[in-house]
Amino acid sequence: MLAIFLIPAALCYTFGLMLGDRRQGWAIFAAMGILFVLMASVVISAEQAGTPLLASAGLDQTASPLQAGGNMEGKETRFGIVNSALFATVTTAASCGAVNAMHDSLTPIGGLVPMWLMQLGEVVFGGVGSGLYGMLVYAIIAVFVAGLMIGRTPEYLGKKIEILEMKMSALILLVTPMLVLLGTAVAVLLSAGVAGIANPGAHGYSEILYAFSSAANNNGSAFAGLSANTPFYNTMLAVAMWLGRFAIIIPVLAIAGSLAAKKRIAAHAGTLPTHGPLFVTLLIGAVVLVGALTFVPALALGPVVEHITAQQVDTEHVTAQQVDTRQVAAPAPSTAQ
Amino acid sequence: MKALIRPALIVFAALTLFTGTFYPAVVYGIGQALFSQQAAGSLLKSGDHTIGSSLIGQHFSSPGYFWGRPSATSPMPYNAAASSGSNLGPLNPALAEAIASRKAALLALDPGNTLPIPVDLVTASASGLDPEISPAAALYQVDRVAQARGLKETQLLALIQSHTQGRQWGLLGEPRVNVLALNLALDQLAAQPAMPSRDGIEQ
Repeated sequence: MLAIFLIPAALCYTFGLMLGDRRQGWAIFAAMGILFVLMASVVISAEQAGTPLLASAGLDQTASPLQAGGNMEGKETRFGIVNSALFATVTTAASCGAVNAMHDSLTPIGGLVPMWLMQLGEVVFGGVGSGLYGMLVYAIIAVFVAGLMIGRTPEYLGKKIEILEMKMSALILLVTPMLVLLGTAVAVLLSAGVAGIANPGAHGYSEILYAFSSAANNNGSAFAGLSANTPFYNTMLAVAMWLGRFAIIIPVLAIAGSLAAKKRIAAHAGTLPTHGPLFVTLLIGAVVLVGALTFVPALALGPVVEHITAQQVDTEHVTAQQVDTRQVAAPAPSTAQ
Repeated sequence: MKALIRPALIVFAALTLFTGTFYPAVVYGIGQALFSQQAAGSLLKSGDHTIGSSLIGQHFSSPGYFWGRPSATSPMPYNAAASSGSNLGPLNPALAEAIASRKAALLALDPGNTLPIPVDLVTASASGLDPEISPAAALYQVDRVAQARGLKETQLLALIQSHTQGRQWGLLGEPRVNVLALNLALDQLAAQPAMPSRDGIEQ
């Protein structure tokens, strides 16, 4: 896990070093680090809390020195909950794709976070190089939003952010959501797409959403129940994978070229400093806001519905248990498809 | 053109030699010299007979052995040629059914056991080849194994204690018990009285 993050995290420092202002690198690192710690905590606590289905089966899910407890379906004993949940967060925050637990069997919220980390464009450390440039695009968005609020031309690192940079940044922010959301929409509409689903209800939709999120954002992990080795998914995911890389790289290079050609202007009274806690907050805000607004509806149909259903199953079961102790959890309604 | 092709070919040949021959040979040499037991597959032996690997779980289903994690590999559990998890979602009715039947299997051989069942003993592992169970899952089975073997519970508790592996550096991973090693030790312990069936080990 350390090795997965080592180079992408170190590149933040490299960035600061190359700018001759290490604080700029540390600011990017801080934003990534805060997002990572928050997301890892969510996954760990969701997995440790276990699932209502396991609880209603009368199983012991409490963590103790003798067992990891929690949702152990699809997890290895030696990794337990914490190491499996941490690995799931690390592998999807960076564009690694290796897994040490089956993501398809994660709790609804435990599966939502890895999906969302990929959907952000893998900017929480992310891939080697691609994570940094992805976050720098969000930095451009952050200074632009801040510039709008105070009514000044936005600048980043002494370079004016103008129409071309914003057009390219907007393009980058639109490409992967388009690939993920359109791909998922096409797959759930066609019988070839629905045929691959392994789990009933909202979870089946989550499998498709995860597949496209993973393919379009350079990951390799999967809700592996989905039978993706079919001509339909191979073609769709290959296109998502191809555009998800090059349709980002080219606008990023355009921004780089345009910024490099510009004169560096000295900081003045109206310049937003891009190395302090205020900027780190703005940057996280930009990531969360753009990520949340783009994917909340899609996530609401999958993991969120599943989570709410799980809670309902729980309540229903408690009532049902008084009548029949052997009754098992009811299937999730297929509202999402 | 020639000036371009020559260095390309030289680099190609050099990299092929380095990454295809030199590097694997060095890694192989280090593995054999310093970690020969691990390089051979961490094999466990009983006398001269190789029983299995401490890293690959095996299927135990007789009451006289400690059972490992349920395995979702196909076509049979613990198929080391097709590592796989169940991929069942947290609400899938199939998961509830699988857990109910695993619970029933445990309780059928151990009807008097009123301890809560540790979650890892009835949920499938990620690999389907998990060689370990939690100490709680081992303790849960003491009652059944002791009865089937005619051993004292204190003997089994001591055996589990000595086979419990803590966290790596006290931090990484979870405490665990290797099922195959535990069952081998169990066979040794039970060697004096009449030997029960060895269905698990023979696989």
